[in-house]
Amino acid sequence: MLTAICSGFILAALAPWAHRRLGDKSGWIFSLLPLGLFFYFMSHIPGLGQAAAHESHGWIPSLGIALSFHADGLAILFAALISGIGFLVTVYSGGYLHGHPLLGRWYAFLLMFMASMLGVVLSNNIIALFVFWELTSLSSYLLIGFHHREEESRYAALQALLVTGLGGLAMLAGLVMLGMTAGTLELSELTTRGDLVRNQPEYLPILILVLLGAFTKSAQIPFHFWLPNAMAAPAPASAYLHSSTMVKAGVFLLARLSPALGGTAAWTGLVGTIGAATFLLGAFLAVQQHAMKRLLAYSTVSALGAMTMLLGVGTPAAVKAMAAFCLAHALYKAALFLAAGAVDHETGERDVRRLGGLAGAMPFTAAGASIAALSMAGIPLFFGFAAKELVYESLVHGHGVFSIILTFVAVASSMLFLVVAACAAYLPFFGEKKQTPKHPHEAPWSMRLGPLLLGFLTVVLGVFPALATPLLTPVAESILGAHVHLHLGLWHGVSLALTLSTVTVAGGLAAFWKREALYGVFALPMRAAQWGPARWYDWMLQGMMDGAKWQTRVLQSGYLRYYLITIILTTVAVMGALLITQGAGLAAMLLRRISATIWELRYYEFGVAAILVAGIAAVVHSRTKLAAVAALGVVGYGIAIVFVIFGAPDLAMTQFLIETLTVILFVLVFYHLPQFSLRASSQAVARNLAVAVAFGVVMGLLTLIAADLRGRPSVSQFFLEHSYDMGHGRNIVNVILVDFRGIDTMGEITVLAVAAVGAYSLLKLRLGRRADK
Amino acid sequence: MEFVFAVVVGGLYAAGLYLMLQRNIIKLVLGLSLLSHGANLLIFTAAGLTRAHAPLIDEGGAVLIGRTADPLPQALILTAIVISFGVTAFMLVLVHRTHQETGTDDLDDLRTTDT
Repeated sequence: MLTAICSGFILAALAPWAHRRLGDKSGWIFSLLPLGLFFYFMSHIPGLGQAAAHESHGWIPSLGIALSFHADGLAILFAALISGIGFLVTVYSGGYLHGHPLLGRWYAFLLMFMASMLGVVLSNNIIALFVFWELTSLSSYLLIGFHHREEESRYAALQALLVTGLGGLAMLAGLVMLGMTAGTLELSELTTRGDLVRNQPEYLPILILVLLGAFTKSAQIPFHFWLPNAMAAPAPASAYLHSSTMVKAGVFLLARLSPALGGTAAWTGLVGTIGAATFLLGAFLAVQQHAMKRLLAYSTVSALGAMTMLLGVGTPAAVKAMAAFCLAHALYKAALFLAAGAVDHETGERDVRRLGGLAGAMPFTAAGASIAALSMAGIPLFFGFAAKELVYESLVHGHGVFSIILTFVAVASSMLFLVVAACAAYLPFFGEKKQTPKHPHEAPWSMRLGPLLLGFLTVVLGVFPALATPLLTPVAESILGAHVHLHLGLWHGVSLALTLSTVTVAGGLAAFWKREALYGVFALPMRAAQWGPARWYDWMLQGMMDGAKWQTRVLQSGYLRYYLITIILTTVAVMGALLITQGAGLAAMLLRRISATIWELRYYEFGVAAILVAGIAAVVHSRTKLAAVAALGVVGYGIAIVFVIFGAPDLAMTQFLIETLTVILFVLVFYHLPQFSLRASSQAVARNLAVAVAFGVVMGLLTLIAADLRGRPSVSQFFLEHSYDMGHGRNIVNVILVDFRGIDTMGEITVLAVAAVGAYSLLKLRLGRRADK
Repeated sequence: MEFVFAVVVGGLYAAGLYLMLQRNIIKLVLGLSLLSHGANLLIFTAAGLTRAHAPLIDEGGAVLIGRTADPLPQALILTAIVISFGVTAFMLVLVHRTHQETGTDDLDDLRTTDT
């Protein structure tokens, strides 16, 4: 399975180059890989009843992270959809983007997505799953933003990436916590430890974090807004990523983790409610749309809500219904998107109200789209009907008010589905012919293949639903972890579900007939929707930008003193707070130090300290450059005397030498500089003084505190003992510098050399005068 | 006696920072010099001041006898003195050349990279 996934990535890397070599037919050739993968995954189906295929490759063994793959029923259903629809979409792209200069890049993104998505569904390790998950977000970003010269595409791509990316981060936190709680990162083991996880206090945070990831990816309310905007992508990407595969990753993850996290009141409440709300609201919003792809996009949001809701309910019947619905939806929605892309491509028109009577010009596309629409509407003899029957069946047999509400939601949404289906297939292809920007004609074969093949499958599975059982039973089994019996039939006898279906079709037809009235009824909530989550996203993004600008303006003033003040005040505040908490001990220490000083201090020591303070004051106060330099020299010599008094002759010697040199240098340079002339305002002086004094107090206190820390063994002892026998020197300071820490001294010399070279080249450097000045 | 020199350290830091907060570029260099003095004296004081002897082993001896000053901070400070000299020298040249090229000693005029 690793080979299968890698082959996708490898072909993606080669695609741009290969496309240049192969020319127009490259789509057909690239599509052989998804086709081969499709048959490879289908070949797993007979073995699904027994142990599922499993393989593992070490990645970071010390952290329990492995590239392990597990092909159970759920994985195989998705893998088959990904590779199968991937095949059709790759072929379709060749026609849809025919002659596009970046077509090679397109294939690279598309194949990269396919490989990443296969990685998501096949991964058995949650960290590996997360990595592939993020790769799908990334390739989705690249595909949505494919027309990167258009503002709308870039905006939509970024929005999709930010929403799913942030959800992904939350999910990573949730997955890591889950792994720590359960003690394993392998999904196949995790799913058997559900009771352990559910009884931990961390359960609720884990659930919420994981759900954030799943809900953003699967466009559940309130994160649904990115999906309709993602329709800025070319039609094949919409058909592939944003209806049939990637957006189902969230549903997939819920299904995957439901044995570990599901079955609690919190799960049913959160997943069921959000799913139901998305199911209904998505359908409502879909009916309001007139652009073909947006219409379908909102209905995708709604369908994802349906699957989420069924997983929230979590009964065996609901899980079986979810599996069937997932397959049915993938088949009809991909077909409808491909047909919508073909219509747009051939007529140049997207608004369904301005399309009509295309069936004559585009018979094949019309046939595929009509079958898909009938399946979406839930008409018998099409696979969507069998799926919808299972959904109703699973809901009406529940107990309590919740299941009654869910049943109502399902019926109302299904009626609206019928309206959407009619808008997407009836309006453009039937009725009177309308003028379109381009003269309509049938799409090329590469673009007919998808809708036709998917339509054909929908009919075959619709008439013989039992054919889908070998594929769907293992799906339900891998979610439920138990043996299930799935009965998919055309005729279930007269039941409540059948009655509801009849009501749905009648109600849906009536709604389609009176759809103008429907728009009027929905007008008010639609206006409210303008202030919905999409607006929040804009606000948040704008807020972040403004925050960044504000922060840059405040922190990056360009004035050295404000940077210094920021740094110093932060240090003073942090250290000051710490010192205040230690107030009592600090005061005692100060008193002890002061009294000791009074007794111990000798008059000449006091004299040196006094000279130092006076020198410092003179440096600050002097009005002329030369006086300041002279005062600086006094400070330097004063410090040298301190070194003499307290047993540091080497330091004193160095300090005298260096101070003399420094003063000479200062005088040499200052000779060329002007006198002090700038006067600061008294306000600025007061502020600078306050900051400086606060800093001085903190540093003085820190010095004393450090001096007070005694009684710990010091490395000095080692130097004292071994200076002679190891370093062969009696001046210990010298031995440390040239022997024990010789490399440090080497570094010091290097610094001096660099400074010297720098100073020399600065003196030699003459900036070229600009010609225009 | 550490107290007295801690006060001097505080004074060096305060004065150094105060000068660095001025607009005049010369005062920036002066402030930086005071600050490096402050750092040296801080290390020296924090290690504990000992009036006793320098860490030198007597002629003919192999081991240090009696209480002496701590050699380690001295080694650190020796390095620091030399490095701060290098930095100061470079700074001075930089200030000199900046003044030559731009004709200003006001840091506020040097906010951008373009002259």
